[in-house]
Amino acid sequence: MSGDFLYPDYEIIRDFSRCTVCHDCERQCANGCHSYNEKLGRMVADNAKCVVCHRCVSMCPVSALKIVKTDHTFKQNANWTGDVIGDIYRQAGSGGVLLSSMGNPQKYPIYWDKILINASQVTNPSIDPLREPMETKLFLGGRPDRVEYDEKGQLKDNLPVHLSTQVPVLFSAMSYGSISRNAHEALAKAAAALGTYYNTGEGGLHEDFYQYADNTIVQVASGRFGVHKRYLDAGAAIEIKMGQGAKPGIGGHLPGSKITEDVSRTRMIPEGTDAISPAPHHDIYSIEDLRQLVYSLKEATSYKKPIIVKIAAVHNVAAIASGIARSGADIIAIDGFRGGTGAAPSRIRDNVGIPIELALAAVDERLRQEGIRNNVSIIAGGSIRSSADIVKAIALGADAVYIATAALLALGCHLCRACQLGRCNWGIATQRPDLTARLDPDAGARRLVNLVTAWNHEIKEMMGGMGINSIEALRGNRLMLRGIGLTEKELSILGIKHAGE
Amino acid sequence: MKLSGKNLSFQELNEAVRDTTDEHIELCDILGHRYIGAGSSGRDIVIEGVPGNALGAYLSGSSLTVKGNAQDAVGDTMNDGRIIISGSCGDTAGYAMRGGKIYIGGNAGYRVGIHMKEYGAHSPIIVIGGRAGAFLGEYQAGGTIVVLGLGGSGCPIGGYCGTGMHGGRMFIRGTVLPGTLSDQVLVEEPDRHSRLLLKEILSDYCRYFPEVSANSLLKDHFFLLTPNTKNPFKQLYTAC
Amino acid sequence: MLKEGEVRIPAGCAISGIFSRAGKPISGGEIVSSISTMHDRSNGLGGGFAAYGIYPEYPEHFAFHLFYDSDAAKRACEAELKTFFTVADEGPIPTRKVPGVGNGPIIWRYFAAPRPEKMEALKMDEQEYTVRFVLRINRDIGGAYIFSSGKNMGVFKAVGFPEDVGEFYKLESYRGYSWTAHGRYPTNTPGWWGGAHPFALGQYTIVHNGEISSYDANRRFIEMFGYHCSLLTDTEVITYVFDYLNRVQGLSLEDIALVIAAPFWEEIDCMPEEQKRKLYYLRNMFASLLITGPFSIILGFDKGIMALNDRLKLRSMVAGEKDDRLYIASEECAIRVLAPQLDKFYAAQGGVPIIARLEEGTN
Repeated sequence: MSGDFLYPDYEIIRDFSRCTVCHDCERQCANGCHSYNEKLGRMVADNAKCVVCHRCVSMCPVSALKIVKTDHTFKQNANWTGDVIGDIYRQAGSGGVLLSSMGNPQKYPIYWDKILINASQVTNPSIDPLREPMETKLFLGGRPDRVEYDEKGQLKDNLPVHLSTQVPVLFSAMSYGSISRNAHEALAKAAAALGTYYNTGEGGLHEDFYQYADNTIVQVASGRFGVHKRYLDAGAAIEIKMGQGAKPGIGGHLPGSKITEDVSRTRMIPEGTDAISPAPHHDIYSIEDLRQLVYSLKEATSYKKPIIVKIAAVHNVAAIASGIARSGADIIAIDGFRGGTGAAPSRIRDNVGIPIELALAAVDERLRQEGIRNNVSIIAGGSIRSSADIVKAIALGADAVYIATAALLALGCHLCRACQLGRCNWGIATQRPDLTARLDPDAGARRLVNLVTAWNHEIKEMMGGMGINSIEALRGNRLMLRGIGLTEKELSILGIKHAGE
Repeated sequence: MKLSGKNLSFQELNEAVRDTTDEHIELCDILGHRYIGAGSSGRDIVIEGVPGNALGAYLSGSSLTVKGNAQDAVGDTMNDGRIIISGSCGDTAGYAMRGGKIYIGGNAGYRVGIHMKEYGAHSPIIVIGGRAGAFLGEYQAGGTIVVLGLGGSGCPIGGYCGTGMHGGRMFIRGTVLPGTLSDQVLVEEPDRHSRLLLKEILSDYCRYFPEVSANSLLKDHFFLLTPNTKNPFKQLYTAC
Repeated sequence: MLKEGEVRIPAGCAISGIFSRAGKPISGGEIVSSISTMHDRSNGLGGGFAAYGIYPEYPEHFAFHLFYDSDAAKRACEAELKTFFTVADEGPIPTRKVPGVGNGPIIWRYFAAPRPEKMEALKMDEQEYTVRFVLRINRDIGGAYIFSSGKNMGVFKAVGFPEDVGEFYKLESYRGYSWTAHGRYPTNTPGWWGGAHPFALGQYTIVHNGEISSYDANRRFIEMFGYHCSLLTDTEVITYVFDYLNRVQGLSLEDIALVIAAPFWEEIDCMPEEQKRKLYYLRNMFASLLITGPFSIILGFDKGIMALNDRLKLRSMVAGEKDDRLYIASEECAIRVLAPQLDKFYAAQGGVPIIARLEEGTN
């Protein structure tokens, strides 16, 4: 029905005075936006195919291209907006569930931006991080309640195995299949160089990447793809994925078209078959079942690996985290509702879950009230955008943070939110060899190292300003934070005072 | 090695099993001890009593024999090896198993063989002598499940069998299937090729359960259940 | 920190039950050894037992078991109790010191009969009269909590592992024809004994494993009929649903299973016409009492026991029979520890109740 026609949201603008008809844009665009029109004797663009990934803009040798939001509009309506109308047309036409990717782009409060960080003046000194020692090394893992002594009265090392990282940043789970081999390689190399960890996601561990095993967290999800004894033994830690911030309560489904020969080998499923990982682990329907899975992994790896349990930030997150802390898990990873994904039903992405800031504050506070915060470590994720976000997260109570969207941006992602199409022009969220070749893993690793190193410098600067010289002294140090423009309720959940108090 | 589970916690029992260099291990007085044989390879463990949940999780080649019943989550994510249970087992046996065999003499609980998959030379097999509960073979992506329904009449499997099935096959002995069979499942008479596979599986099963005769079973009617390629498991999506 | 009643606390668990159809006495020691085999399913934050047939000396009196936070609460509650009931006997419930069970509330027991003139004035039968009384005390008198209120039966619970709780209450000294037990795995420290299972109201006791997802739909419905949910736990609401459907509405236990663990419409549509009509009626009539999400429960009641799994059977539960006895438990090991040789062993089916009652002429 022609009434369903939707004018493209964005327009490709070409400056014909600059265009040399070199066809680079045509070659760069896997979506087929650009073509040469013989009759007109010039390059033309199909705006309807454009996903706004800026590949053509970035690669145009003469800067002849730009992309602008269209001024075409429906009649203005604050309730029935153009987006709402467009979605209805699409669903009425197809009968399909709306699908998109990456994190929640809707206008919800971003609490990081309403929290301010303290600095010392006069009464206690700030520290110059360039001159004095400034520690960001930390350990992640479980801790027993009490110290123990041996027969000689010497302290016994009764700590379970810990992860040790030089920076309070780990790369969070993205599976091979959802992102490319080169993207994984860049993450693995960067993690090794930085002395931190990357996470396989639920797609198994590629044979070539066992060399980075000491910096690898292996994931076990409901589909158990690529999970076997050697895989479990390889990782520095094992993460049980219970949920994901972008789509709490929803599973994943990697279509057969993305299961190429190499992906198939890593996931250990035949080429071209679908990889379905439903929301629940069908053997975990209650908290004591989680304990069973945690201990089955500990038994299978002789108690040599810390176990991380990753959950999405949902309403009841504090009680859930408390249950996890008592399940034998060593580390709890909490993923807020702005976390990214390679594909999610839009309504879930945009309406389910809660912000990481509130979830983190609630979990940390609950575990302290119960006296068990020291028994587990907390990793917070779900849209950590800068070093300032990290400082705030740690002061709220996190041990460390997970980043993924920021890491992909470092690798060239332009957040066009079209990963689900599998035609990523930046070679990240695709398995097409011609596209993945665009991402150089070494260059990618360098950029990741740059980003995290720069952030770590900034973290040290901020810590120094507060007079803190070890990241451990920042953890849960909520007096270092003040809210701005927040309600009493929000301040009480975050457990911070308002600026000026 | 011979070991009694009496007064041992599962941790103590499993540590002793891991620490011994003996290949053949006999465990007696087992009562609810979890994770026996988890991740192990090259062991031959015989268990007397009722082993606890997650028996043989991530099994990597060992052989486990249970003289009696087993509880939930037998062979979770097992990759290779053999689990023989003379009696019945609980729910979710063979979750996401990728290789090896689970042979059950009696009944199996709900959600058996969920996410079972195959890869390369690995093709897992579950044979259930008695009946299986509902949601058998949900999301099955590979491998073979056989339900014999011995000693009972009527349909030997529960409802909602094969929901999300997208690979592998099931053989169900008998003449009736549940009314709530998933649309994603295609029901056929086994062809010559699949009958050969069934024969091979049953002959092997009967080596451990000599009271059952493969040849006489093969004379009975079996349904062959495979994924319905015309109605695959997928959600219809629209980009936005 | 908030306790039960102020905040909803999800929990996982282990459950177990023993029932003698012939009404033969079973020692409390047996149920303790059954539940203790499933130690890993609970986390030491709650354990409890229900026993039937344990007070033959007071068969016609309601046995009230109470937790008091203070002497003041005890005095306030007793004033009420003695206004509405005649107390035949009272005293502390015998306990012994056990390392695994910390300091608890004052634990008191009363054998009491309703005052006929009050009952007459309120135009209630003694069951309704007692249920209303219990609900009122638990709602209105702070620091007093009636955790058991049936005849010839009693609930014993505390914060601790169930085996320690059993020892604490000297359960080996009680004999009953029916026992249920619970080991709790709550997702925080309630530190409050009332939050442990079983939950009891009148003759009904429930032990439960799972976390139901329909909770607030069920709660807001049942509260319309005077059941104030003071604990905000699944077990509490399920017990009220049983009391309401069984005692007030007169549905059989079999039919209650069809309401709370109803078959799917797809399954109902495959049923014979008459059964289909009945199920359409029940699902429609009590649509807000459909319980979804994982649960396995054991209901204890006067002269009987019932076990039920949710309709998807998301929790494990098995049953064994030996002579006159029925055993039910989350795991087989909890049955075999008592009866290595069984006449019959089977797994519970989703939504299909297992019910046993005393044989005619017993008790």
